[in-house]
Amino acid sequence: MPEALGPCPMDPGQMEAALRRLAADLVARLRPEEEVVLLGIRSRGLPLAERLATFLRAATGAAVPVGSLDITLYRDDLTEMVGSPIVRPTEIPFTLKERTVVLVDDVLYTGRTVRAALDALLDHGRPRRVMLLVMADRSGRELPIQADLAGLRVEVPPGHRVAVRLKEIDGEDGVTVETC
Amino acid sequence: MTTERYVFPHKHLLGIQPLSPRDITAILDQARAFEEVCERPSIKIVPALRKKLVVNLFFENSTRTRNSFEIAEKRLSAEIINFDADTSSLNKGETLIDTAMNLEAMHPDLIVMRHSAPGAHALLARHMKASIVNAGDGAHEHPTQALLDAYTLRKHFGSLEGLRVAIVGDIRNSRVVRSNLWLLTRMGAKVTLVGPPTLVPQEMKATWPGIEISHDFDAVIPSQDAIMMLRAQFERGTGAYIPGQGEYSRFFQLNPARMKQAKRDVVVLHPGPINRGLEITSDVADGPNNLILDQVTNGVPVRMAVLYLLSHPHGEQVP
Repeated sequence: MPEALGPCPMDPGQMEAALRRLAADLVARLRPEEEVVLLGIRSRGLPLAERLATFLRAATGAAVPVGSLDITLYRDDLTEMVGSPIVRPTEIPFTLKERTVVLVDDVLYTGRTVRAALDALLDHGRPRRVMLLVMADRSGRELPIQADLAGLRVEVPPGHRVAVRLKEIDGEDGVTVETC
Repeated sequence: MTTERYVFPHKHLLGIQPLSPRDITAILDQARAFEEVCERPSIKIVPALRKKLVVNLFFENSTRTRNSFEIAEKRLSAEIINFDADTSSLNKGETLIDTAMNLEAMHPDLIVMRHSAPGAHALLARHMKASIVNAGDGAHEHPTQALLDAYTLRKHFGSLEGLRVAIVGDIRNSRVVRSNLWLLTRMGAKVTLVGPPTLVPQEMKATWPGIEISHDFDAVIPSQDAIMMLRAQFERGTGAYIPGQGEYSRFFQLNPARMKQAKRDVVVLHPGPINRGLEITSDVADGPNNLILDQVTNGVPVRMAVLYLLSHPHGEQVP
């Protein structure tokens, strides 16, 4: 169910609790034989994936490999953009074959980033299964894509944005709804 | 790595001269991201230039540069037309402008051109809507070669700032050296040009005041971090400027004896093709200090970066 729209849907403590819960929910969804890897979509998906890996290790005792995916070159509006968006390297230092890949991102909105991430991912290999985990799942989908796991589900009216802030990038944790 | 939003301000890459240090850094940073694409164990193609038409227009012979551009274009998913000047209407007297107007009718997005006449690229840029990439113009500039040299050096040393680089040999006829002088001096490297007086025009010091010129290779070698050997270009008349190949080799060849005078971790570059046994011996060209094949490898991601940065509509454009 959608949570109430407020000026600050998640404070740092709630975000940490959400990450712990997401890690536990992920473990519950995995079959024992599945080899799982986390792929953070740059830029905020990467620190989220790294934090999740820490919680997963604490929960299972096993190290979960973490990679990063830059989806810039796979954007469906790339050729129309003014100026070339900076591309950073994708780093997947492990095979995807027969693995369960958990794509990790900060916000799921239109679904176009995830579509691009799936294209990028499949250029790197053929995983057994792909799951999507996001910190905030907001309304406004333009493609038929949904998250398997979300820290927060929120209905946001047009003209607003959901911002996930992370201490690794922004100096603080939290989720806010802001007017554009 | 670059993290801020940056718009590459140039529509064309006619030479290194118009590029700022920020522009050069942007190209090298982008190349790093494209190197990942080239090293993938699976699909080495990204859709960045999908639906874009690139024309390769080579009026001079080239294998290495042309192949490198073509691989770069294919890895970016561009549509490609290879225009071979030998079999074109240029043989029937068509002018470069006529050729350009005919190409324009095909609505290309990018044109990669090699031409023997310095300035031919600027002429084309004035008559076409497409972005023009200089793949070598006479003895003027070869910007993507300089960029891949810089990329290779930056990858090896971490930075170009303060690096001591000797460029040795046929300076007079080299387009590679001019692009490298713009780039290396702009990025803070210390460059020394080395060669016989007849092949090192003294007036180059007026254009690049920070450089040094020497005719004594042995005296220069011990202080260098990188030695960039140039090909003696006999097809451009180099033979008229030297007494003979034997004497040229005696004074300016990079060989094991000279390598003993160099720093142990010095690196050797050469833009190719190599005249083995003339400006460089095979054991040095194939030796542990050489980055020559790295240069070839790095050419593809660097050219991918250039094509990518030029392929988008720009804000305020400068040539």
